[in-house]
Amino acid sequence: MNLEWGVMLESLPRLLQGTLLTLELVALALVAGGLLSVPLALLRVSANPVLRALPLAYTFFFRGTPLLVQLFLFYYGLAQFEAVRESMFWPIVREAYWSALIVFTLNTGAYTTEILRGAIQAVPHGEVEAARAMGMSGGTLYRRIVLPRAYRIALPAYGNEIILMLKASALASTITLLDLTGMARTVIAKTYLPVEIFLVAGAIYLALTFLLVNGFRLLERRVLRFQQPRTA
Amino acid sequence: MFDLHGFGDQLLLGLGMTLKVAAGGLLLGLLLGLLGAAAKLSRSKPLYWLGATYTTLMRGLPELLVVLIIYFGTAGLLTRMAGWLGHDGYVELSPYAAGIVALGLAFGAYATEVFRGAIQAIPAGQIEAARACGMGRLRIFLRITLPQAWRVALPGLGNLFQVLVKDTSLISVIGLEELMRKSQIAIANTKEPFTFYFAAALVYLLITVVVMLGQHRAERWAARGQPGSTT
Repeated sequence: MNLEWGVMLESLPRLLQGTLLTLELVALALVAGGLLSVPLALLRVSANPVLRALPLAYTFFFRGTPLLVQLFLFYYGLAQFEAVRESMFWPIVREAYWSALIVFTLNTGAYTTEILRGAIQAVPHGEVEAARAMGMSGGTLYRRIVLPRAYRIALPAYGNEIILMLKASALASTITLLDLTGMARTVIAKTYLPVEIFLVAGAIYLALTFLLVNGFRLLERRVLRFQQPRTA
Repeated sequence: MFDLHGFGDQLLLGLGMTLKVAAGGLLLGLLLGLLGAAAKLSRSKPLYWLGATYTTLMRGLPELLVVLIIYFGTAGLLTRMAGWLGHDGYVELSPYAAGIVALGLAFGAYATEVFRGAIQAIPAGQIEAARACGMGRLRIFLRITLPQAWRVALPGLGNLFQVLVKDTSLISVIGLEELMRKSQIAIANTKEPFTFYFAAALVYLLITVVVMLGQHRAERWAARGQPGSTT
């Protein structure tokens, strides 16, 4: 197969520009979704059944429907309502960038909530009881024992979630954003060379996943040091 | 509950297509997963590398990009191959075929890891016993390994199928008239995007619930006769 190497090289600056938007969307959504997930995960393990059910409805919807539907529902769907179009939020809701960011945040927030809930429930009972016996209560117990422990338990699953989010961010291209995939589609519309351009875009995605996977491996090794067999 | 302006049967047709693509992707993916696991567990170095490259590639690329690559990228290749066979003219995959291939490839890569873990979970003593009984490698795989491995693999495969069903929506991007595309067509006629995208979301939720229940039952059925099972 003869590839047009020149075109691949020429497309690189624009694809890297798209990569920046991809990284920006993923990073912001992960931070916001992470912040959102902590209080929701705490509600999910609450003793009160009503408090438990509220975040469950949220995670059920966002984990049970395709991200594409969520994006379209927000970006195209909300405009159906007069009230939305006349509200103060309209300048934000009609922007593809903000729609993508908000929907990505809610989506990754839902998955992270469930990961964190599982981790909180996996904190060994003995440690919680020991902390209670030391006289720690509610806030202190969570701040000093449960959450630091849960973060470490959640880490491997959260690493997977980051990679899934990176891959899912390609959907931003379906609402006109020029992220890596969107930029690739634009360049293809001009050059009619899908194979070449997709190869470059795919290579960039693979490089990003590779960096993430190995970065996380290092991080895990560092924060989970105490679980490793002693080498001396 | 809400007015679908007579597009309800269109959505049902779309649902049928969604389920067909999901089933096709599942079958192809299971096959690829088994082959992938066999390759990654094989003693042959080239086979191992083939399996490892496949899983690394497919797990690192966005599913949407895979769908686009299969649909737009294979036309040139297929046309050339048809040329060798003496066929002139343009050959391309239909969105339906491209969708099944793309989703099957993605499912297969994750299923490879699930099957590999499940096969490795079978005690080595059983394989040795089977060999001592005089079974060949294929017979060991069919009689000893597979019947036990699929039970271990079932929960993982169920989760992958949930992902697969949701990923079928991506094929609407290349024009396949499944649930999502049918909703868009209805919206173009009625100018009510929220109504139809929300209807689609509810249908996807319904599929998720049905698959979850089916998964639960299948796992219970597979675990019958196991210590600790209630059936």
